[in-house]
Amino acid sequence: MTHVLTHVTRRSFLTGAGLVLGLLVAPRMRAFAAVDGAVAGGGSNLAQLNAFVKIAPDDTVTILSKHIEFGQGPFTGLATIVAEELDADWAQMRAVHSPADDKIYANLQFGIQGTGSSSSIANSYLQFRTAGATARAMLVSAAASAWGVPTDEVFVEKGRILHMGSGREAGFGQFAAMAALITPPADVKLKDPEKFVLIGQQLPKLDTVSKTDGTAIFTIDVIPDDLLVALVARPSHFGAKIKRFDDTEARKIEGVVDVKAVPQGVAVYASNTFAALKGRNAVDVEWDLSEAEIRSSDEIAAYYRTIVTQPGLQAAESGDLQRNKSGDDLLKLERELLFPFLAHAPMEPLDAVFVPSSDGILDIYTGAQFPDMDRKTAAKVIGIDPERVRLNTQIAGGSFGRKAQFGSPYMQEAAAVFAATDRTRPVKHMWTREDDIRGGWYRPLYLHRVSGSISKAGRIIDWDHSIVGQSVMGKAGLDETSVEGAAELPYEIPNLKVTAHNTKLAVPPLWWRSVGHSHTGFTVETFVDELLEMVGADPVQGRLALLKEDQRYAAVLARAAEIASWGKPPAAGRERGVALVKSFGTYVAQIAEVSRGPSGGPVVHKVWCAVDCGVAINPNVITAQMEGGIGYGLGAILFNAITLGEGGAVVQSNFNDYRSLRINEMPDIEVAIIKSAAPPKGVGEPSVPPIGPAVANAWRRLTGARVTNLPINGLITS
Amino acid sequence: MVKFMLNREPKNFDGDGETPLLWVIRDFEKLTGTKFGCGIAQCGACTVHLDGVPIRSCVTPIGALEGASVTTIEGVSGEEATAVKAAWVAIDVPQCGYCQSGQIMSAIALLQSTRTPDDKDIDAAMSGNICRCATYHRIRQAIHNAATSMEG
Repeated sequence: MTHVLTHVTRRSFLTGAGLVLGLLVAPRMRAFAAVDGAVAGGGSNLAQLNAFVKIAPDDTVTILSKHIEFGQGPFTGLATIVAEELDADWAQMRAVHSPADDKIYANLQFGIQGTGSSSSIANSYLQFRTAGATARAMLVSAAASAWGVPTDEVFVEKGRILHMGSGREAGFGQFAAMAALITPPADVKLKDPEKFVLIGQQLPKLDTVSKTDGTAIFTIDVIPDDLLVALVARPSHFGAKIKRFDDTEARKIEGVVDVKAVPQGVAVYASNTFAALKGRNAVDVEWDLSEAEIRSSDEIAAYYRTIVTQPGLQAAESGDLQRNKSGDDLLKLERELLFPFLAHAPMEPLDAVFVPSSDGILDIYTGAQFPDMDRKTAAKVIGIDPERVRLNTQIAGGSFGRKAQFGSPYMQEAAAVFAATDRTRPVKHMWTREDDIRGGWYRPLYLHRVSGSISKAGRIIDWDHSIVGQSVMGKAGLDETSVEGAAELPYEIPNLKVTAHNTKLAVPPLWWRSVGHSHTGFTVETFVDELLEMVGADPVQGRLALLKEDQRYAAVLARAAEIASWGKPPAAGRERGVALVKSFGTYVAQIAEVSRGPSGGPVVHKVWCAVDCGVAINPNVITAQMEGGIGYGLGAILFNAITLGEGGAVVQSNFNDYRSLRINEMPDIEVAIIKSAAPPKGVGEPSVPPIGPAVANAWRRLTGARVTNLPINGLITS
Repeated sequence: MVKFMLNREPKNFDGDGETPLLWVIRDFEKLTGTKFGCGIAQCGACTVHLDGVPIRSCVTPIGALEGASVTTIEGVSGEEATAVKAAWVAIDVPQCGYCQSGQIMSAIALLQSTRTPDDKDIDAAMSGNICRCATYHRIRQAIHNAATSMEG
């Protein structure tokens, strides 16, 4: 329990002190038709028992999620954890985003508020259990005091407070206000996990209904009265600057209100979105390319090939690679793999709405993955006191890593666009799909070279792996996110060397769902598979024989093989491929069944997936994340590349040439969750890394063709 | 001036006739369930019904809709709509949720024309709707479940 509160003073944790901004804001007058965003922190009329729990007179319990809900399920997961220790009924639970606060709402793995690394449940588990148990103790104290009975005679069950002796009974709402005034107990006892009644159940998600009837409000839906919609004409090349621009034609368009240069391009402000789109198209901008990236992807890959064999940053080294180079009984293999730039392409393009109010507070509505960083960045760009900025995190239409950016470069652009106005009118800044596909912050292009040897008995003896690409963390030295999944292998390999080479491009890099594992998992699992095939080893049995002592790897692999009926041959014309990857503390094994489709490329019929993520908070959400991650990863390895063409401009522009997986390409999926008492880990990313190598391994076994250049269909078609 | 019906209510639009229906619905009528995803009829997030047929509102100019009847997620009703929404909720189809209005509008139109669709019918009717969260596995199941529920 002590480590839970490391970044939070006890008082601020228990009282939510510091959340005073909300009280300063007077209600604004609104015309009938305006669409408001959700204000962070939930209703101010609710009794706040601590920083994470509010209770209403109608007994509903609202948890304040410090993590953004963009489909991966923290609203439901965190509410489940609180409800468990609060002994609440699931039907009374609600969730909202917390205010932006790097201290009170820090991700305990990051030290600041932020969502990423599949850590929402992992870092919050003890903190939110404690919040629920503390709130429960306060409700019990309040009820005992009102009823004049000892606290140890008062119980809570399914959202009801009960006194056995007298038969008295009440809901939470009756005592919430009183409980909020009680000094929180210094330490509360958490439940024995054996007695969990909600954790581990298939509870329905809290956000499903509003996402089914169209009432869920995303940032793009925030439409205050008198709104200006702003789009920015952006450069065709990374690193380009405005040389000159002509806005004469843009200003003639009905609805266009103003045109301004901002550091990121030329902003067009209009009274509606279509006028802003037309206005932006009409701006004539000439760009200065003197500092821009003008190399093509092919040229960058060629440059990387000159680096990959050079001495680099050492990520792992054990044994002696030189000693065994000439062993006669060893079969040798060497491969080069090329991974393209990838855009995240969340369904909702980046957006933010700025709403100034007469009392000097600036409300910002945005799908913030680092909310307090976004708040402070906006304040700095606009030149106002950060205490006068209230950042309201909105549910977001996906992210996949896109909205988590150190230094908040997206918010820098959006805030600059607001700052360039007279700051009296609300402003919505939005990107179009073209801005999104061409706007950078990609999963970097990586070149891998790996060589190794395997004995005829199926023991891997040597492994020499070199990775070239940009450091997502912007490091000069070793960036662990470039080599995660490669530097620590699950397999016993006596002579191992892993090397990284950081490169610098004007193309801004970013983590993409599963970060380094999105490429290292592919290389490791296709290379192991090919080595095993060279000595005639079974992909499942061969891996099991190579695994080190960590039994959780073997358990997920064995479980995936079991549900796939591994050993029973697939139908004629089909093959199966295996992959096993641990990422973010979660172990995932997948088996994919593949045939050759009419277009010549692979068709994935079914994926069997076994996952061990520790304590399974909500199996429904875990299964959904396995399904979704498989589809997201599959679309990328089948279809996706962002390509810099001749001269350095991005070739792709929208979903027509940056293909998304579609329903007819989605495999059937069967998921098995390993029962575990280990601390819970994340599920948002870990199903992404194995799907690529599982499909590539099946494809190689089916056709003999190795996949070393992604995407797969980029080679086969066109 | 364009006169059209939106969710069974008469509406007038006297702005730029090139304005896509999507932006009329969202910016002028403040119905925000219909979403912008691509602007070029590739993703289906903007799907609405035009005289009962699913269309991409992001490429449909309002000037072409004189006398037309438009239905959005906010106004869609009937046996199929009820069955589809209930099926979506029952198995928690949405993840981020942003594409789901469009998915649901396409699914309702499918069931209105094909009461018991098979997997090929679902592929044909739904492959114009992208879900970046890849909830397709549950979308397919929910459509089958909705069809089954209408039999009873």
